[in-house]
Amino acid sequence: MELYRSHVLICGGTGCESSGATNIEEKFKVELKKHDLEKEVKLVKTGCFGLCEAGPIVIVYPEGSFYTQIKVEDIEKIVEEHLLKGRIVKDLLYQESVEEDMIKSIDEVGFYKKQMRVALRNCGLINPEVIDEYIAMDGYKALGKVLTEMTPEQVIEVVKGSGLRGRGGGGFPTGLKWQFTYASKGDQKYVACNADEGDPGAFMDRSVLEGDPHAVIEAMAIAGYAVGADQGYVYVRAEYPIAVNRLQIAIDEAKEYGLLGKDIFGTGFNFDLEVRLGAGAFVCGEETALLKSIEGQRGMPKPRPPFPAVKGLWDKPTLLNNVETYANIPQIILNGAEWFAGIGTEKSKGTKVFALGGKINNTGLLEIPMGTTLREVIFEIGGGIPNGKKFKSVQTGGPSGGCLKEEHLDTPIDYDNLVALGSMMGSGGMIVMDEDNCMVDIARFFLDFTVDESCGKCTPCREGTKRMLEILDKITEGNGTLDDLDRLESLAETIKSASLCGLGQTAPNPVLSTLQLFRDEYEAHVNDKKCPAGACQSLLQYFITDGCKGCTLCVKVCPVNCISGEVKKLHEIDQVECIKCGACVDKCPFNAIIKK
Amino acid sequence: MKSLAELAKIREETLKKVDIRKERKGTRIVVGMATCGISAGARPILTALLEEVNKRNLGDVEVTQTGCIGICQLEPIIEVYKEGEGKVTYVDMNAEKARRVIAEHIVNGKIVSEFTIGAYEK
Repeated sequence: MELYRSHVLICGGTGCESSGATNIEEKFKVELKKHDLEKEVKLVKTGCFGLCEAGPIVIVYPEGSFYTQIKVEDIEKIVEEHLLKGRIVKDLLYQESVEEDMIKSIDEVGFYKKQMRVALRNCGLINPEVIDEYIAMDGYKALGKVLTEMTPEQVIEVVKGSGLRGRGGGGFPTGLKWQFTYASKGDQKYVACNADEGDPGAFMDRSVLEGDPHAVIEAMAIAGYAVGADQGYVYVRAEYPIAVNRLQIAIDEAKEYGLLGKDIFGTGFNFDLEVRLGAGAFVCGEETALLKSIEGQRGMPKPRPPFPAVKGLWDKPTLLNNVETYANIPQIILNGAEWFAGIGTEKSKGTKVFALGGKINNTGLLEIPMGTTLREVIFEIGGGIPNGKKFKSVQTGGPSGGCLKEEHLDTPIDYDNLVALGSMMGSGGMIVMDEDNCMVDIARFFLDFTVDESCGKCTPCREGTKRMLEILDKITEGNGTLDDLDRLESLAETIKSASLCGLGQTAPNPVLSTLQLFRDEYEAHVNDKKCPAGACQSLLQYFITDGCKGCTLCVKVCPVNCISGEVKKLHEIDQVECIKCGACVDKCPFNAIIKK
Repeated sequence: MKSLAELAKIREETLKKVDIRKERKGTRIVVGMATCGISAGARPILTALLEEVNKRNLGDVEVTQTGCIGICQLEPIIEVYKEGEGKVTYVDMNAEKARRVIAEHIVNGKIVSEFTIGAYEK
């Protein structure tokens, strides 16, 4: 066995991978060889570290030095200075981790300090493609414990006692779901995992699969034992090639070790796992549609009941949980229900992973105990709003969720609080908006998404969302009336109550919540034909102010030749001809062109 | 995998390889590896330390390097930080001496006084 004095961890999540992590790994190999350090320094490609904003990320242990936005050219310096001579390269460290003369390790910087990692505990710590590293972090210990020491009933009791609720968005108590499936009669039962993460901007499940695939595999085997299933399926979207690849490698490794397959640990328990790829239809994240898709049929929802726990895959009882839900299970088994129930709020236990995006300094992935406030997430972990702009709203729950305002920021995050405010937990997407975001436009964006993704089976969703989108288009183009707002509301209520599945039932939420909280913005669009945030192009006009020096640059850049004026004299824009492309604003060296 | 014992064995073996990434308590051995240290022969010392730690299965011992410690004429220098003990500085080291430090100081808890900077100065 080789013992290395230093480990260099390179983030191999999708975010860092796309900003060049592969080249970085190659360059490290070359440099380490050049300095003959191959036997002293180990290179490890891991899953997502979370702070995607600062990628590509490299962490060097034992110091825990947190190098961010690393370029291939920087590596020579890191190897020569840090790995060879032991001098941390301060210039390349994450800015916040250098404080005067103190250098902080990764756990001490603001982004990580308030986090608590349960589902993400191994992400960015182990090499997801090496099963031994997962085993070293107590991997498969929970499966061993369950198979040798516990009855299925006891396992279900522990999960129930933990208070774990579905992390895919619904928040249904996981233990109850397990119990229902356990209690269903059937010669064959199945366990399935929903990794069809479809919310725009959400990447929690992808990161778990990329960073710690064995946690999901182990949990599914535990679930199989608890409910009496010997076959599992992971339904993951084909747009996640790295996640699919690592999951498949992990399954193959587990099979080779006999942790999947026949007679696991010599207990007579059999469990096998297969990957099923989804083609990226949003509706396939809905449980009944997902199961149809696994069967090889067109992914369309069907009415419930019967629930999958009674009649699921091929009409057999099926347990379906989300990736993040599963990722919590081995920890709950090892540490006990009380440990998990001790984290979080009264009705929402444990931690939740969020994908933070939008107008925020630290875009990335974070995991916090339930009950952390939105303010802590956005301003402490997320580092606040960039460019000194003012916070306006935060959107949670993706296309099914809603927007929250400044006054809601001190609300502790849990399932029930968010629902009470007209939004929802959802799968964990969190999009921050500043004063430049128009709330009507945001509602339109999400509705546009659901119109695209509606499967068309039921009329309220297929036709209703389309009509709502038309009304929103009308409003953002400046042709709306006050009646349109009422019409939006009544359509929304109908779609909510009459749609077949969750997609339609929640599709109007972004519109309803913005109408409720930001009605003044809608009214400004309708009554004054103005967009207060200056985002709706049709309602804007560009003007040249007295700051104009007559340099004629704007005239040259205008694609429709609508700017006129003599050299060294004030120019003017022809409002009829102007297509509002904004090219002149970007070009003007004196910031003399404004939009309003 | 037919038994929990097999799983435990893999766990223990791999843990030694990865626990450098966890925060831990224990002993830290630092080797001065600036230009002065390297040219005085710090590399074979570092390798020897790693080999010994490895061979003796000293899971809670971390071997790391640092920059110039300041007294270049006494390089190669290694410093040992043991929990509950002050820092011990060994000077004018070589690979053999380093092995003795592991055996006597790290394992048996007896500081090798003759190699320390205090002894050298006398």
